[in-house]
Amino acid sequence: MPFIPHTEEEIQAMLSSIGTASIEDLFDEIPPALRAGQLSNMPPALNEMAASRLMQERAEADGRYLNFIGAGAYEHHIPAAVWQIAGRGEFYSAYTPYQAEASQGTLQLLYEFQTMMASLTGMDVSNASLYDGASALAEAVLMAVRAHKSARRVLVPGCVHPLWRGVVEALVKNQGIELVAVPYCTAGGDIVADALKQFEGQDFAALVIQQPNFFGVLEEVDELTNWAHAQGMLVIGAVNPVSLGLLKAPGQWGSKGADIAVGEGQPLGAPLSSGGPYFGFMCCKQALARQMAGRVVGRTVDLDGKPGFCLTLQAREQHIRRAKATSNICTNQGLMATAATIHLALLGQDGLARVASACHANARALVEQATAVTGVERMFSEPFFHEAVITFDAPVADVLRALEAQGILGGLDLAPYYPELGNALLVCATETKTEADIARFVENLARIVARQSSAPSCTRLKPTATSKW
Amino acid sequence: MLIFELSRPGRKNPSQAPAAPAEANDIPAHLLRRDKPLLPEVSEMDAVRHYTRLSQKNFSIDTHFYPLGSCTMKYNPRGSHQMAMLPQFLARHPLAPEATGQGVLACFHELQEMLKDVTGMAGVSLTPMAGAQGEFAGVAMIRAYHASRGDAARTEMLVPDAAHGTNPASAVMGGFTVREIPTDRDGNVDLAALKTAVGPQTAGLMLTNPSTLGVFEKNIQAMQQIVHEAGGLLYYDGANLNAILGRVRPGDMGFDVIHVNLHKTFSTPHGGGGPGSGPVGVSERLLPFLPVPVVTLDAGRYRLVTEHDLPQTIGRLSAFMGNTGILLRAYAYARTLGGEGMRRVADFATLNANYLMAELQKAGFDIAFPQRRASHEFIVTLKSLKDKTGVSAMDVAKRLLDKGFHAPTTYFPMLVPECLLIEPTETESKQTLDAFVAALKEILEEALATPELVKSAPHTMPVRRLDDVKAARELDLTWKA
Repeated sequence: MPFIPHTEEEIQAMLSSIGTASIEDLFDEIPPALRAGQLSNMPPALNEMAASRLMQERAEADGRYLNFIGAGAYEHHIPAAVWQIAGRGEFYSAYTPYQAEASQGTLQLLYEFQTMMASLTGMDVSNASLYDGASALAEAVLMAVRAHKSARRVLVPGCVHPLWRGVVEALVKNQGIELVAVPYCTAGGDIVADALKQFEGQDFAALVIQQPNFFGVLEEVDELTNWAHAQGMLVIGAVNPVSLGLLKAPGQWGSKGADIAVGEGQPLGAPLSSGGPYFGFMCCKQALARQMAGRVVGRTVDLDGKPGFCLTLQAREQHIRRAKATSNICTNQGLMATAATIHLALLGQDGLARVASACHANARALVEQATAVTGVERMFSEPFFHEAVITFDAPVADVLRALEAQGILGGLDLAPYYPELGNALLVCATETKTEADIARFVENLARIVARQSSAPSCTRLKPTATSKW
Repeated sequence: MLIFELSRPGRKNPSQAPAAPAEANDIPAHLLRRDKPLLPEVSEMDAVRHYTRLSQKNFSIDTHFYPLGSCTMKYNPRGSHQMAMLPQFLARHPLAPEATGQGVLACFHELQEMLKDVTGMAGVSLTPMAGAQGEFAGVAMIRAYHASRGDAARTEMLVPDAAHGTNPASAVMGGFTVREIPTDRDGNVDLAALKTAVGPQTAGLMLTNPSTLGVFEKNIQAMQQIVHEAGGLLYYDGANLNAILGRVRPGDMGFDVIHVNLHKTFSTPHGGGGPGSGPVGVSERLLPFLPVPVVTLDAGRYRLVTEHDLPQTIGRLSAFMGNTGILLRAYAYARTLGGEGMRRVADFATLNANYLMAELQKAGFDIAFPQRRASHEFIVTLKSLKDKTGVSAMDVAKRLLDKGFHAPTTYFPMLVPECLLIEPTETESKQTLDAFVAALKEILEEALATPELVKSAPHTMPVRRLDDVKAARELDLTWKA
């Protein structure tokens, strides 16, 4: 019996203590009509060896590619120690640290996490994680609406990650909150002041600014923040934590700083892993601390006055406040926050700045070399961090398929998300890419684009490659 | 000692950083960071030692018996972890073409099929990232269903008073008002109250069965009829699915939607608070509203079902496909158990709970519902002990830590005074349960002889009892240099 230790003798002793003849009898309060027979569709049990073999075959079927896709999930080096420690049973198999005295390891680590995230974003406080970047943005929208009191509308630019916009919509619409789109500039790839004028004098709870935005482009965050504050809105910064090794922290945007900073924590120690588990982070100014969603760890003292850590501000949470809680979130992404904390400690101040700089340098090299190819151009003019949109005179889907045949995942086709952009490919290079990787990508791209642009588009042989929104 | 206090200016860890940074960058100065973030400057060994030592200050399933009620703290197989961490799985980008993910998508599709089988539902979406998000998905689908029929009057969600706090909180996030239904003396939902509560405003009922009181709702068939006849739908909170896995299927009880906590029933780790995973299963009539993506098998190829295929979907709950790495662990676990193994989970979780309940009753503890069978968990009430000695359920819980056992769930459900909600799970042996009973007996004796010893517990943990009032009043959420 997998993972069940009972011997036959013990089972009999236990049944006799209960005063019953069989395990079956223990289910006698369940109406007989409901007691299912055998499951119909369940494969037979495998031992660990057979299960491992199966999983290895599945993993090998997926292969390994040279990856230039970013779009919200980024390939970074993860130090070996991160998962060797996060995978220790004491972290891996512990519960939420409600029993503080028996959970000081997790609690202190989360306090360190909160300190690192608050400092990285330039905010006063941080929570102990949310599910992912997209749902963290949704929680920030709800938080802004709670804090603002009168407005139930939030401005969300079209250059915010389209999948994130979809998630926010799904998570907030039932509460009568409206997301109003702000058009992006098709030349620069960013939000421009002209696009905002139409909203002046209206009642909005917040403006969302993603930095870098979905196109990899850097927004004029100071100007945007000051504009939103002048209009009585809060500013929600959605940021990539690795970029903050190089870029201005949301807390320093404009003259007052953003009010809430959220983001996808995946670049800090979480493997790409087909999309999860990652973690969302949420930081804010002190004045908004009691409006945050999710768990928060505080430092306090014990009976002897010795410092210790416990979950705090629990009066916001569902297990205390029930229907009046700030969010329904209970389980968060604790182990991913654990990995991120160890990751940041191993990188340190200097390491994170170097990773960010290397990402930027590699992405620049990629874009420079790609756009040196005849017919390949960068689509937007504004500066970028570690990804950019390129365009060429060939169907992107065909080019990507040809690259895939060479073992290269060449980026994300934007057609399903931004059909108005025509042939647009979002490419990313992080610190993991070498000069040789970039050269291999560009050589193949040049060859394929030259061939594709002189030939008619081939018929699609396979279903569309990417999930669409 | 915090990691920041180990930090020394200028100490670097070059093996974890790229080669010297490119000096030139074309980013305008006003967009660049001016201050340095407060990140530690420590050696790799400093960090490894610090976090290894911190781990040693935790209780965990791998080190201690962890009988937390409604949390299902069973053994998390190491094999599942290793299989989910295979390099190709970890390296795959979520937006990589489906052709490069046939292996991982096969696992997800088979997991969907297995979950359909154990829940008795018509369709499953794996995307919700935890139980609470599964609940949100469930109530959002109920809302979308009524809206699709033009039935805008159904604004009220019924929730029993014994429910987890996430239920009412999720109902509110789904745009509903919440109406609580009381519990009767036997621990069942009060049927008469339910009959009075339902009406044309009823969107649905959220029910945990077995309930958080550790008993199976005897009147489940009658409840199902009452709610359905009133035009509402039934939501099954799968928090306690471990009690009936492979024995009773929520679909057969008439539920329209269910979420399953993979981090409970399918042995994926709790990770010190997550990540979890809360797939949802639905009956035929809710299929069009499932959250996307869902994995489908189309002409021999696995692909993701999106908004284009399911225009009435409630949408996406995460940027990609939820906590995929957790889904892989659950899949590996399910394959290791097979159908017969699933059924044994419920059998032995129930055997362990009833044995522990019987032994504790013999040892002089008051059982909240002694006339009932325990499901996979049960409640001890310490009210008489508190009245006699002043020793509370919290004191007993803290004293258990000194004895090397994690505390049961305390003060939940709130209906039972001074309660301990105890769930041993199927992976614990009789020896462990006997040792736990012995520890509780010792504490009972201590409470009578030297109550101060118990009230001031714990005595052997890294810290003594913490001042949580001070923590909330004088907020200290980040370290300042």
